Amino acid sequence: MPIRLALAGNPNCGKTTLFNDLTGSTQYVGNWPGVTVEKKEGRYRADKDVYIMDLPGIYSLSPYTLEEVVTRDYIVGEKPDVIVNLVDASNIERNLYLTTQLVEMGIPVVVALNMMDVVRKQGDRIDSTALSKALGVPVVEIAAIKGEGVQQLIETAKKAAGGAQAPKHSFPAEAEKALEQIGGMISDVTDRSQLRWFSIKLFERDEKVLGRFHFSEDTRRELEEIVAEAEAALDDDAESLITDARYTYIGEVVKDCVRKSRSGMTTSDKIDRIVTNRILALPIFAIVMIAVYYIAVTTVGAILTDFTNDTFVGEWIQPAVEGFLVNIGTADWLTGLIVDGIVGGVGAVIGFVPQMLVLFLMLAVLEDCGYMARVAFIMDRIFRRFGLSGKSFIPMLIGMGCGVPGVMASRTIEQDRDRKMTIMTTTFIPCGAKMPIVALLAGSVFGGAWWVAPSAFFVGIAAIIISGILLKKTKMFAGDPAPFVMELPQYHVPTAGNVLRATWERGWSFIKKAGTVITLASILVWFGSSFGMTPDGFGMVEDMDASVIAAIGSALAVLFRPLGFGTWQSSVATVLGLVAKEEVVGVFGSLYGVAGDALELVEEAEFGALSPIAAHFTMLSAYSFMVFNLLCAPCFAAIGAIKREMNNARWTWFAIGYQTVFAYSMSLMVYQFGLLFTGAGFGIGTVAAILVLAVYIWLLFRKAPEHTTQSLRSVNAATV
Amino acid sequence: MATLRTTPCGATVKVRKVEGEGAVRRRIMDMGITKGAEIYVRKVAPLGDPVEVTVRGYELSLRKADAEMILVD
Repeated sequence: MPIRLALAGNPNCGKTTLFNDLTGSTQYVGNWPGVTVEKKEGRYRADKDVYIMDLPGIYSLSPYTLEEVVTRDYIVGEKPDVIVNLVDASNIERNLYLTTQLVEMGIPVVVALNMMDVVRKQGDRIDSTALSKALGVPVVEIAAIKGEGVQQLIETAKKAAGGAQAPKHSFPAEAEKALEQIGGMISDVTDRSQLRWFSIKLFERDEKVLGRFHFSEDTRRELEEIVAEAEAALDDDAESLITDARYTYIGEVVKDCVRKSRSGMTTSDKIDRIVTNRILALPIFAIVMIAVYYIAVTTVGAILTDFTNDTFVGEWIQPAVEGFLVNIGTADWLTGLIVDGIVGGVGAVIGFVPQMLVLFLMLAVLEDCGYMARVAFIMDRIFRRFGLSGKSFIPMLIGMGCGVPGVMASRTIEQDRDRKMTIMTTTFIPCGAKMPIVALLAGSVFGGAWWVAPSAFFVGIAAIIISGILLKKTKMFAGDPAPFVMELPQYHVPTAGNVLRATWERGWSFIKKAGTVITLASILVWFGSSFGMTPDGFGMVEDMDASVIAAIGSALAVLFRPLGFGTWQSSVATVLGLVAKEEVVGVFGSLYGVAGDALELVEEAEFGALSPIAAHFTMLSAYSFMVFNLLCAPCFAAIGAIKREMNNARWTWFAIGYQTVFAYSMSLMVYQFGLLFTGAGFGIGTVAAILVLAVYIWLLFRKAPEHTTQSLRSVNAATV
Repeated sequence: MATLRTTPCGATVKVRKVEGEGAVRRRIMDMGITKGAEIYVRKVAPLGDPVEVTVRGYELSLRKADAEMILVD
């Protein structure tokens, strides 16, 4: 008979390792309906009748975070046959807190006591038989990393499945009286097994559970009286009454079952003393980050990317595909579409994959060994000023190399709002592909002025700070300040299996999801630049001048006129920059008749040969063009990554739209105020720029809207 | 009244009460900072905020603004 087993536990308790060990490769990774919380399902490899659902790592079952709500809804709504509660034995008190809540839900619980080896190493002892008796649930000792005890765990879970579960702990007498009264009020509309859980939640004034019952005004008042009476008698509020009672109970259980040998500092403590030391922390942090950047972006990453782009795709795949298509007599236009459009476009994106894998590998190591939490600890002070979190540093650092892995690195940020804001702002940092644009303009228009390239970074950083401050004040990002109450896990040596799996999962999801967007976009762009009106009607065109994209460019040129670059060539270059930002340079080269490959000329600093491009710009319009291209919507690959991480079309469009509007208004101000200060006089453009400036000043300095206590937007979305 | 924010590094204190409301307060309590819990203040981050404490045998970091909500003896 098939049984459904739910795996629950705190973050960092080894749940992922256990799940992977249980399911082997037969797992399905997705997202919970409507929200970006990872949903993993699989079947036990030794018994396909055991279905395993990996629930999000959580500390409690409060109504306040997305992960907790998802877990509650699943257990209450889907009623799995058994819950396996993974408990980190080396951190048993806090881990058992979740256990005290799970046993109230009416579904049999089996406690898997993980990391007993660490406990023994520290010289501590845990009596699992006594623990089992005290908690009223079976307790199985396992070592998830080594795969020990797993079989016994599943056997125990199978035996427990389908049975009943009653908690052993109770609350103070006055609270119990209130719970009984509440239970009486809902007993006819509630499953018997879930009565206790619902009573406690109602006692805690849990808004989400209250909403489920559709009580009348009178019933609500009666309920409130019951709770208030207990609160008055116990001189504390309901939420803390319950929490205190749980921890007091755990304290007693632990006193009886756990023998701690106070042996001073652990290795982890010693490492931490150095790594987050007041003086050494920042230098060590800088060295780690430089190492990550250097390996992922400059050395190994760049070598792999160049190889994939130039050799693998450029020399092996493209000619092979072309040769094959020509041999079987495919029409020219179709060969062009497949070779230049699809293979070229997708290839440009696939080129990032090896680099991303290297990067994800290092991030996985940093996460698995426990350093990532310390990064947030060290950087939090700076980033939270602009509504971001300490963990936003990593996506932005990586974004200097490439926005795609940068955006994807935002995965490590648990707070929904911080993560969304990080995703929206990461691509403001000029990435490697934007540097040729900067170099082209700095070299050919600004005569090699030293300040142009650094200023590009300052523009990016300023854009992040401004966006952070003004977005934080919008309705979407307002609400409760995200609590930064974060566990700093013990340091440990990362396991190869976990690291490789995390690397591959992220890499593969990028290839899959971003790949579809990019293929489509590549086809459209290729079509647009290869077809157009010819003297014989609509067809393939030789010159891009006559193509559809040139026609679109001319139409768009009007829009860019207030920014100082209202030529169709600049518009086309900007649009094609969406395929890959370095394309901007190449497109300029071919449209303005530069002899040779413009991109190579930039790399070799042959700015004399690029003068045909420079002739179309003034310093001011060049700078405005640069600002727009640095800040506007990123390339398709990065848009694909944004879509992947947002997991929501509306948010993706909002991010892209915001970036483009932001870029437009910044360029407008640069150009129009530039004109004004260089003595070009006051015009309608100046008025527009002043208005835009006024709007930004208002957005930046207005008062933030009132904080509401429970406005975690996405949490509401998740509740059924 | 002494709060966790004003507690110096290296000191061990006992929680008297957690003030505030909503998600942050619940999170603090869920993490084991409840009435009577012993908290050891380990260190302050290099930039002066957040702080790292030991509570119920593990390490927790929280911002000074949140630490202010925790009344201690």
